[in-house]
Amino acid sequence: MTSLISPATSDRAAKVMLWVSASISILTLLFILGYIVVQGLPVLTLSFLLESPRLSGAEGGILPAIVGTFCLMLVTLLSAVPIGIGAAIYLAEYAHEGAVTRIISFGVECLAGIPSIVIGLFGYAFLAIYLGFGFSILSGGLALMFMILPWIVRVSEESLKAVPSGLREASFALGATKWQTVSRVVLPTAIPGITTGVILGIGKAIGETAVIMFTAGSSLLMPTSLFDPVRALPYHLYILASEGISDKMAYGSSVVLLVMVLVINLAAVAIQRHYGRHHVRN
Amino acid sequence: MSEIEIESRNLDLWYGSAQALKEITMAMPEKKVTAIIGPSGCGKSTFIRCINRMNDLVKDCRITGELLFEGTNIYGNSVDAVELRKKIGMVFQKPNPFPMSIYDNVAYGPRVHGLRNREELDRIVEESLKASALWNEVGDILDRSAIDLSGGQQQRLCIARTLAVKPKVILFDEPCSALDPISTAKIEDLINTLKHDYTIVIVTHNMQQAARVSDHTAFFLLGELVEFGKTKQIFELPEKKSTEDYITGRFG
Amino acid sequence: MKTNERIIELLLFLSAATAVTIVALIIIFLLKEGLPVLVKVGIIDFCLGMKWNPIAIAGEPSYGIFPMIVASFYVAIGSLIIAVPLGLACAVFLAEIAPSWARSILKHAIELLVGIPSVILGFVGLVLLVPFIRDHFGGWGFSILAGSIILAIMALPRIISISDDAIRSVPREYKEASLALGATHWHTIRKVILPSARSGIVAAVILAMATSIGETMAVLMVVGNTPILPTPIYDILDPVRPMTSNIVLEMSYATGDHASALFATGIVLFIVVAVLNVISHRALKSKMGTRR
Repeated sequence: MTSLISPATSDRAAKVMLWVSASISILTLLFILGYIVVQGLPVLTLSFLLESPRLSGAEGGILPAIVGTFCLMLVTLLSAVPIGIGAAIYLAEYAHEGAVTRIISFGVECLAGIPSIVIGLFGYAFLAIYLGFGFSILSGGLALMFMILPWIVRVSEESLKAVPSGLREASFALGATKWQTVSRVVLPTAIPGITTGVILGIGKAIGETAVIMFTAGSSLLMPTSLFDPVRALPYHLYILASEGISDKMAYGSSVVLLVMVLVINLAAVAIQRHYGRHHVRN
Repeated sequence: MSEIEIESRNLDLWYGSAQALKEITMAMPEKKVTAIIGPSGCGKSTFIRCINRMNDLVKDCRITGELLFEGTNIYGNSVDAVELRKKIGMVFQKPNPFPMSIYDNVAYGPRVHGLRNREELDRIVEESLKASALWNEVGDILDRSAIDLSGGQQQRLCIARTLAVKPKVILFDEPCSALDPISTAKIEDLINTLKHDYTIVIVTHNMQQAARVSDHTAFFLLGELVEFGKTKQIFELPEKKSTEDYITGRFG
Repeated sequence: MKTNERIIELLLFLSAATAVTIVALIIIFLLKEGLPVLVKVGIIDFCLGMKWNPIAIAGEPSYGIFPMIVASFYVAIGSLIIAVPLGLACAVFLAEIAPSWARSILKHAIELLVGIPSVILGFVGLVLLVPFIRDHFGGWGFSILAGSIILAIMALPRIISISDDAIRSVPREYKEASLALGATHWHTIRKVILPSARSGIVAAVILAMATSIGETMAVLMVVGNTPILPTPIYDILDPVRPMTSNIVLEMSYATGDHASALFATGIVLFIVVAVLNVISHRALKSKMGTRR
């Protein structure tokens, strides 16, 4: 290959190009975030956060949507955590290599790959209609659980597997049973990693829209029971924007949603940092 | 001559299709220290891990022959490995304290076996730490994390943790291989004290250590027991050529 | 004691089996709801039919989703055309030339980007990108182009982080050998590092495609909703309707065969995404295979 450009020049040109690419990515992100924050911040008042919407959300606040999101997250958390950690314990500590274990792991992988709208459709057909939960907090929360379950299983499994095997041996050598070893030594040692994973899972679920559209409903009233429909914040944002109800309110909702996600992610990082110092791995 | 505590009769062990132990027959007397020496890969660790059935945790591990503890075959159907391990404790190659407080480490065993009484636990923790010569160093920092201790202290903590379960036998699997000479000396002193109350089996790759701490010595090579006898005799007048070669440092 | 342990193990096993059970239920319920229309219309006619007219005022309704399958692939491939070069460049930047401060900024930016809910990206696309395209390129603004750009932003973090991992797992010796032969850093990256990391990168790209095809909210808000092929077919300024949008847009009022057709759309979507996921997995596995 003959080239008029010297290798040194092309090396330098390529590096400039890489710097530019990285900068474009970061600037795009900053632009998106900056735009939303600049547009949405003026909307953020106490009454926006603490009032119910009027005129389909064109005026008033977003309190029911915040409460709705909170309720959904609670159901998701309460269902996903025990099942997810239980599954992870089984896979990391109990499972023997074999067909059954392979099928279970395959199931987790599969579930992780299913598009959220398909989970939404399933939630509608199975939870809302077949089980008769209707459009409700329960249906929406469980559907979201289906979505984040694989994530929680995977993160927890990794955290459990990172526990040094010497600790298990020590416990067994003291005459502890399998479950005593798992519950008193392995699980506590893995808890920081698992907690971080669970929190990040909630961070994924909180902004999810397609899953809850046909499961949680879109009521703007305050829920009074598990079987009441709610409109989660991201869905509220979608309706405000796509039906052209109010861009102003949509910006405000976006900022609130962003702040929620940010706080959740920062909490996860903080936990990781805090326990990282004490974590043993020699 | 004291009573026999542990006796191995024609013990064979396979990992999958590879035989790791061949026809091991030897008897370990009560309240004495029995050392097992040999080059790495000779099966000495595998053997010691048979005694408290830690090999149960290894997949594809198959054992034939008999291993008697107090006259009962521990691989018999009626024996519960969990119960057995309460009587036969183990200290591992690498100090492996749990990532919890010093107190909780020592109290772990008794708690697992159902003890809840705080005063009783306090007493056991103190006794065990005194017996493992650690009380003077950690007596007033019991709620500190065990991870903050030095390697030697961690290993003595692991010994205390084992003592707290009140076993009859303590198995040491190369307990000093990760430690400095001073910590090693402390552990050896400790073993010399502990043998008045416990039957001890220690695996070591350090021949001087075997000579210093043990009453009997077994020499393993390629999964076979080459020679077993009084430590003094093994080191001064070995019967087999390979034992002599190993002890004089011609291989290993 | 023993029975306790057994019960606990059983409970753990049941938890572990939950995911498989859910997947099985998803398949069962999609089929239960979607099969009637698939049988009635015929799978071929459903997938290759050009006309989507579920509520016919006069005459028979028709259920053909070919334009939507095309639309799904169109926006997904469009997003890859934008995101792959950019993402790869960022990954090379991260793995090879970034000073630590730049690395940490980019890493944090990626994490932040992953966290932004797709509905917010869709909203930003709706208020910024769509008018921008309308004003500067013509057309409605709601377009394949807009969908591709928003999806590219979503795909970027995934492509960067998997490619970064793939590049990092290239043995140092390869790089050192090349540099020692007098090759420039860039030459080494192009001729040694990227080819060695290829299968990992391919896996990342296919996975990104699967995710893009399955993505709903962000696309929905910017891509328009006309269930016909763009005319001419290469017109990226035309609005289209991907499969995911089809489900969202009509599910709230669909009944009978119409609802069934939407579930059938879900079945097709499910299969397409599953196939892509499997291919991506294979690519990643074969990478592991070649390196012990």
